[in-house]
Amino acid sequence: MASLIACPHCGPRPKEEFTVRGDAGITRPAPDAREDAWYAYVYLRDNPRGRHKEHWHHTSGCRRWLIVERDTVTHAVYAVTDAAAQGETA
Amino acid sequence: MSSFRLSKGGRLDRTKPLDFTFDGKPMQGLAGDTLASALLANGRQLVGRSFKYHRPRGILTAGAAEPNALVTIGEGGRTEANTRATLVELYSGLTARSQNRWPSVDFDLGAVNSLLSPFLGAGFYYKTFMWPAAFWEKVYEPIIRKAAGLGRATYEPDPDSYEKCWAHCDLLVIGAGPAGLAAALTAGRAGARVILADEGFEPGGSLLSETAVVGDKSAGDLLAQTLAELTSLPNVRIFSRTTVFGWYDGNVFGAVESVQKNTATVDPNRPVERIWRIAAKHAILASGAEERPLVFGGNDIPGVMMAGAMRSYLNRQAIAPGKETVIFTNDESGYRTAADLEAAGLEVAAIVDARASGASSWSGRAPVFPGAMVQDAKGGKALTSVTILKGGAPVTINADALAMSGGWSPIIHLACHRGARPVWSDAKAAFLAPETLDGLTIAGSAAGVGSLEACLADGAGKATSALQALGLSNTSAAFAPATDTTIVSKPLWYVRGAKGKAFVDYQNDVHLKDLGLAVSEGYGHVELAKRYTTNGMATDQGKLSNINAIGILAEARKVSPADVGTTTFRPFYTPLSFGALTGASKGKHFQPVRKSPLHDWAKKNGAVFVETGLWYRSSWFPKAGETTWRESVDREVLNVRKNAGICDVSTLGKIEIFGKDAAEFLNRIYCNAFLKLPVGKARYGLMLREDGMIYDDGTTSRLDESHFFMTTTTAYAAGVMNHLEFCAQALWPDLDVQFASSTDQWAQIAVAGPKSRMILQTLVDEDISDAAFPFLGAKEVSLCGGTLTGRLFRISFSGELAYELAVPAGYGEAIADAIMEAGKPHGICPYGVEALGVMRIEKGHVTHSEINGTVIPSDLGFAKMVSATKPDFIGKAMLAREGMVADDRLSLVGVKPLDPATTFKTGSHILSDGATPSLENDQGYVSSSCYSPNLGSTIGLALVKHGPKRHGEHVTVWNDLKNEYTKAVLCSPVFFDPENGKLHG
Repeated sequence: MASLIACPHCGPRPKEEFTVRGDAGITRPAPDAREDAWYAYVYLRDNPRGRHKEHWHHTSGCRRWLIVERDTVTHAVYAVTDAAAQGETA
Repeated sequence: MSSFRLSKGGRLDRTKPLDFTFDGKPMQGLAGDTLASALLANGRQLVGRSFKYHRPRGILTAGAAEPNALVTIGEGGRTEANTRATLVELYSGLTARSQNRWPSVDFDLGAVNSLLSPFLGAGFYYKTFMWPAAFWEKVYEPIIRKAAGLGRATYEPDPDSYEKCWAHCDLLVIGAGPAGLAAALTAGRAGARVILADEGFEPGGSLLSETAVVGDKSAGDLLAQTLAELTSLPNVRIFSRTTVFGWYDGNVFGAVESVQKNTATVDPNRPVERIWRIAAKHAILASGAEERPLVFGGNDIPGVMMAGAMRSYLNRQAIAPGKETVIFTNDESGYRTAADLEAAGLEVAAIVDARASGASSWSGRAPVFPGAMVQDAKGGKALTSVTILKGGAPVTINADALAMSGGWSPIIHLACHRGARPVWSDAKAAFLAPETLDGLTIAGSAAGVGSLEACLADGAGKATSALQALGLSNTSAAFAPATDTTIVSKPLWYVRGAKGKAFVDYQNDVHLKDLGLAVSEGYGHVELAKRYTTNGMATDQGKLSNINAIGILAEARKVSPADVGTTTFRPFYTPLSFGALTGASKGKHFQPVRKSPLHDWAKKNGAVFVETGLWYRSSWFPKAGETTWRESVDREVLNVRKNAGICDVSTLGKIEIFGKDAAEFLNRIYCNAFLKLPVGKARYGLMLREDGMIYDDGTTSRLDESHFFMTTTTAYAAGVMNHLEFCAQALWPDLDVQFASSTDQWAQIAVAGPKSRMILQTLVDEDISDAAFPFLGAKEVSLCGGTLTGRLFRISFSGELAYELAVPAGYGEAIADAIMEAGKPHGICPYGVEALGVMRIEKGHVTHSEINGTVIPSDLGFAKMVSATKPDFIGKAMLAREGMVADDRLSLVGVKPLDPATTFKTGSHILSDGATPSLENDQGYVSSSCYSPNLGSTIGLALVKHGPKRHGEHVTVWNDLKNEYTKAVLCSPVFFDPENGKLHG
């Protein structure tokens, strides 16, 4: 786990200020999506080796939800962006 | 003869004697001593007993790798076991005790284990104590634990304080030996922010005990000048007594600084230890090298010491190891020790050089035996002689000290903390860290560099490169390049034919034969051998032993050490105290306490408090003469239902929600409709998780078109806030909605009971009659003749005519006092969460006892609240799943005993009348229960299969813990005032 997370709003901050929610690569299905799409969204998670995007909440900081792209093997953090800006960067 | 102090020499202050005790015996050392050197000065070489065989053990090293000289320091709550005497800075009043001996270190009954040693080889525990299995826990393990082991921890609390802090720098230099000093000086002169950390109480590393001359300066002068310049630089911080123990992600290093471990009179206003987290742009690891022991018979007898350690004690603390010293070396460094001993006027009886070629140059008096081995050392509690093998017949030489050097291993632990594997170098005959590591450079003898000049040059050169990479181009190396002329010898992993025990791992009593046994029994893999023999375990983690064990395994397996590899290096480099790791988080600082703004009001009204999470909530308010909590709670309940009561509900989560899309947002968050909630109205809301289960409930009021006020349960306040933020930011960033937690900003007071309106009307300036302010009204109100503005909600958890009044936190106590005063003629009483709980169960209102993560709205009778028309809300899609619509889901029902004289407990299971307890017969369970003073009986809420269809059915309530069976009947969950007449009163 990374020791420092470079929050786009607050700068590099210790990881203890953050809360990890999990996979940010999943998209909430449309309300009328099929049951299997919802099932996958709610329950199915990949456990990748290597690059992984996750939702991190800067709970003890700016309280923004962030997307942290990090390496699950080396723990290197490649990018940290605001979750609300996901559409612009993805 | 034993070790003693020379009359001159050393980096000591001979005018400052320091008194200390060892095993109760008063001794004296000098300022500049470690505990180890002071013990040696007092002729105390035997300082402990070994882990398994209880063999007498002496001081082996002068540093962090010490496996033998582990002592218990301090008394009472300051007792610290397994402390390495080699790293303890001597102070006046220090008390030290030896370990793992009884009755004394000189006469230890546990030494009988040595006689049993043929039966105590590697894997002995696994093989011997197999049968009977039940004996392991009760008989074998306690006996083994008692006989083997290290120091004992104290049960008394630690009276001292600790702290944690952060530090930031451009360059962290780990180790203040030659390479580290050269790196720090180079970086300091270039203007970089430098932290130089060293575990010793005096920076300098090997320079502190070096007699060589560098250029035209003595090592001591070089050290003094370098430190003087470093100290003068404002951008350089020198952390002495600071061990960097770990390298972590983001180039953050963990270090522990000993602040007051060197005094018997601790200043209570300062910590004794401090944990640093150092965020470094780059770091230079200049941790030096560890000398390898040689594996021969009796290599653990007190008097046998590492050659470098013996030299350090001699030059730094003026310790003579004995009268006649034998040097056993496979390396040039043994000769340096011999030369310094002779220069101090001590006799070196022989230099036994395992290398056939012997020394490159030796001009001393001592005879050299090239191509020879020390096969066995002899002696009991002290060395008396050594047997030397050189071709032909063994020769015995009298000796009371023996210095050994098997060559050097770079200390690369930190470089491998983030997953890098050490690489075997045939040229250096050692494991080295990988050459390139992001954020860390290895310099000096930690990088396999040998000579002093080359280490200085290497440290300076690597600092230059590191700084250039950081953009500090105006850098010049503080020391000129130098060629490393060190000759690396072929390793000698062990001496063949030893008669005595030849120890590989001193701390765990692993000897040569144990490793052979591990290989022959199929445990030759380095990780398996470690577990099978315990080599490399315990407090030193094999700092001395691992390399020889790897060499021995390699020979036994007929492969290269490269093929054996190393075990994994993990933080911490050296043991850390629990106190340091705990930092300030102990006692009342272990976790914060949250007190309601009405805490003092509750306290002065006699509240008994209960901890709920971090909060202290008022539980009940006993009156004089009441002897049980039930008496108080029953009275409070009856009084609220008859007159009125006042209750602190400030701990509920409170969230202000703003934005033009706030209504739309809430409509998606709650399963029921919020879009058209009128301004001035409150509504009960059910929040689901995406899987359809209920997450939390509470009331949300619309104070304005674009301003809502949400309340959550106390327990889920933080979680709901995070959830709202996630939904707003990650799911629907296009919605205009913002949140602010205002839990701590409002004091919120529930006033309930038939007389509540009368009482509140005396404080509220506006008309709050039923017509003007009906059920579920919510608005800002003027209080006390316009002196204060608050928020009033007509909501009820008790089922009574009730209000919740929120005022700014600072006014809470005054308003509560005013309500009590106004209510006095009407018989108002304060009530706590217990009475609140009774009243909500009487009314069938649910809490997280029912909303336990397994229930969906229809399970609790809220099916009609779930909007069928909203296109989307959190949890909607998953509510349609097969299992969610099954008709035998556990659903809310009331339950009460048939005989009011009987009772049942929350958590009991419901069985059909007469059914025997079994998983198949389980019908559900009691989720909440209490004694209802209004019904004169225990009542409960339960989650039961087909619950709502079974009102009137007789059941058995079964409590397996107490083996109790209670005859009961299922009923409506609303036990009291089912028509809600009181609520609307």
